[in-house]
Amino acid sequence: MNALEVADIHVTYDKQPALEHVSFHVPQGSLTGIIGPNGAGKSTLIKAILQLIPKLSGDVTVYGQPLKEQRKRIGYVPQRSEVDWDFPTNALDVVLMGRYGHIGMFKRVKKKDKAFAMECLAKVGMEEYADRQISQLSGGQQQRVFLARAIAQDASIYFMDEPFAGVDAATEKTIIELLKEWKEEGRTVLVVHHDLQTVRSYFDYCLLLNKTPVAFGPTAESFSLENLEATYGGKLALLSQNASLQEIGV
Amino acid sequence: MDVWFDLLQNPNARWVLTGSLLLGFASGVIGSFVLLKKQSLISDAMAHAALPGICIAYLIYGVKSTPLFLIGAALSGLLATYLIQAIVTHSKLKTDASIGVVLSVFFGFGIVLLTYITRHSGGNQAGLDDFIFGQAASMVRNDVYMIAIGSLFIILFTTLFFKEFKVATFDPQFAKGIGLPVKGLNAIMMMLVIMMVVIGIQMVGVILMAALLITPPLAARYWTDRLEWMGLISGSIGAISGVVGTALSTMGEGLPTGPLIVLTASCIFFISLLFGFKKGIIVKGVRHA
Amino acid sequence: MTYAGWILLTGILVGVTCGMIGALLVLRKMAMIADAISHTVLLGIVLAFFVTQSLNGLPMLIGAGLIGLLTAFLVQWLDSSGVQSGAAIGVVFTSLFALGVVLLSFVGDGVHLDVQHALMGQISYVPWNTWSLGGINLGPKAVWLLGGVLLLNIVTILLFYKELKVSTFDPKLAASMGIPIVFLHYLLMSLVSFSTVASFDSVGAILVVAMLIVPGATAYLLTDRFGFMIILSACLGALAAVMGYGLGVWLDVSIAGAMATSCGILFALAFLFSPRQGVVTKWWNRKVLKESVNHP
Repeated sequence: MNALEVADIHVTYDKQPALEHVSFHVPQGSLTGIIGPNGAGKSTLIKAILQLIPKLSGDVTVYGQPLKEQRKRIGYVPQRSEVDWDFPTNALDVVLMGRYGHIGMFKRVKKKDKAFAMECLAKVGMEEYADRQISQLSGGQQQRVFLARAIAQDASIYFMDEPFAGVDAATEKTIIELLKEWKEEGRTVLVVHHDLQTVRSYFDYCLLLNKTPVAFGPTAESFSLENLEATYGGKLALLSQNASLQEIGV
Repeated sequence: MDVWFDLLQNPNARWVLTGSLLLGFASGVIGSFVLLKKQSLISDAMAHAALPGICIAYLIYGVKSTPLFLIGAALSGLLATYLIQAIVTHSKLKTDASIGVVLSVFFGFGIVLLTYITRHSGGNQAGLDDFIFGQAASMVRNDVYMIAIGSLFIILFTTLFFKEFKVATFDPQFAKGIGLPVKGLNAIMMMLVIMMVVIGIQMVGVILMAALLITPPLAARYWTDRLEWMGLISGSIGAISGVVGTALSTMGEGLPTGPLIVLTASCIFFISLLFGFKKGIIVKGVRHA
Repeated sequence: MTYAGWILLTGILVGVTCGMIGALLVLRKMAMIADAISHTVLLGIVLAFFVTQSLNGLPMLIGAGLIGLLTAFLVQWLDSSGVQSGAAIGVVFTSLFALGVVLLSFVGDGVHLDVQHALMGQISYVPWNTWSLGGINLGPKAVWLLGGVLLLNIVTILLFYKELKVSTFDPKLAASMGIPIVFLHYLLMSLVSFSTVASFDSVGAILVVAMLIVPGATAYLLTDRFGFMIILSACLGALAAVMGYGLGVWLDVSIAGAMATSCGILFALAFLFSPRQGVVTKWWNRKVLKESVNHP
């Protein structure tokens, strides 16, 4: 069964088209990278799929059902820059927010929720920071807290917006291990990704996007020089100055 | 000490003090969310904008009736909030200028209506003047009931939705992602703030009401890093300010209540700024040394 | 000059003085700091009264100037220590204003300074309070004070025109060019304080906010040019003052309140019908465009 089916999504910002004709479907238990230049609409796509922003048209099906009925099976890791890290709360509390969907309205957080949240923190190596105010964490640690929150959601399909942006090498390793573990458990993961060098080793599916999908499919097929050039246009030359195309692996 | 004792002996004063305690607590709690949503100045505009609403209510019904005043105040406060949003969305003006325009024009129009009522509808402005700076002494028993019940309602609702308000304020995208009705929650929060402003203006006045929403949570933030504690501490600071300010104003002749409540809160803020455990200047200084 | 003439002149001076400063405030996103200063200036005036036991122009200007600068400084300081700027403005202005009001209630009844006055001013008393030198009546004090502050505003803006323009548009660029942006900030804050205190007698400390912010915001919707916006804002301020005077006399209501309301009316007109920015204008243009597409 397909974990996610996206049919013909269109999104506009101020009458400018941000996404057009986006259709693809992701098999269960796959790791998909969403790749494209700045302004290609990668984050917008995730937000439109999750109905966080309005879309002009398009249908989204999660595990064969409309998104609304599957909210509890969806996990979302927003970009780190999108929240106020001065907010009066600590790491454990942020992780607990991942349980709110399961706890339900008006109900209080119970001991077992806290214990579970602690486990999630431990999984990303952050248990000793549970009481730390979130602004006093490093960028990588903040990302780990977000990961722990995603684990706490115990979702079947995860959407992650640039989880590797501005994190240290150790955190990057933790994230990729977690992604592999999720995959083995049969969970589906979609990741907005920037670094072309790591695409081949991280993801088994790839969506190349520039306002509209250029290619989608198993990484071995979709992540080709031809498709990359079609996605990035002239900018690919700039990118390849920093990393040779061999390193990227095309 | 005797003065305080006398005050507590007087049943009417006891009522007013209870009202100000609950009012201060409620505004401290809901104010925490207003502060974290960065809407402090919008609440200021809301309070200023209440004045024309009160006056129009009086002009339409021609009697002094607190419930009608409060409805008028709530409606014009809502209208002001809506206009601030509309100006930001439909023109190139930024939020701060938009707030300034709406706040000052609504207040100016309120003053026009106030003077119109004084000079045309006869007499003593029906106590409308008291809404500018607040006057605890002029409140009757029913006014106090309304403040007390309204405050309890706000405290109850905020407690009930605490978890949801927290995640919707901290990370609205995530909250939407887990299926919380973020728009609905924001609307409820907005209603609670309007209600808070409206029941508060009798005691604190339209000009300074926002201080009761801004200062206690700001002070509380110096003592704690946890939202739960922040709400509680902020509520307590609000309650202390309410009681002390009200008590001081009933002692002197013609002392306006609002400014005294606000000054008390400001003093607590100043103390917190210096001595707060988490972010206070002295703690920070010690940590750096 | 006639009684009404003096009042009109005072109103126009308030409109022009505040209007030209207001344009800068709106462009520099400092509308709410100006709101804060116009509230706290009350404290400066009351303190000046306690020190000198009189309501003379110069001590009031000094007191208000100092408190205005203190307000700007405190907001800046809280802001840089991590308090979000809206809340910093809120806590500073409410504290100082509350102190001003409480102190005001200790001022004796015989003095021409009370809460009512502080709120909405008393422009109708302005012509009586005249200044005479050597037995010659030189006209109302308020007019002289306003005229002086207006002159100061004009001279300052002309002197620092280039610097104000660059630092308003791009503060970082201005700083990199060696323009003293901190000095300019506090200079502008002093002008706000002086303009407020000069207008205090006529329109009161709170309604002066309308005269400061609204004409500037209106001009911002009507033009894209920096210099012209300052002039336009001053003209709109004067127009609102004249309208307000007419409205106030006609309906027998507070003239200061009517001036603020007039500012609001002018703003609403610009918001709806501004040639390029207006909501109705944009809607109309879109409709015309649509029809020309449908029926070529």
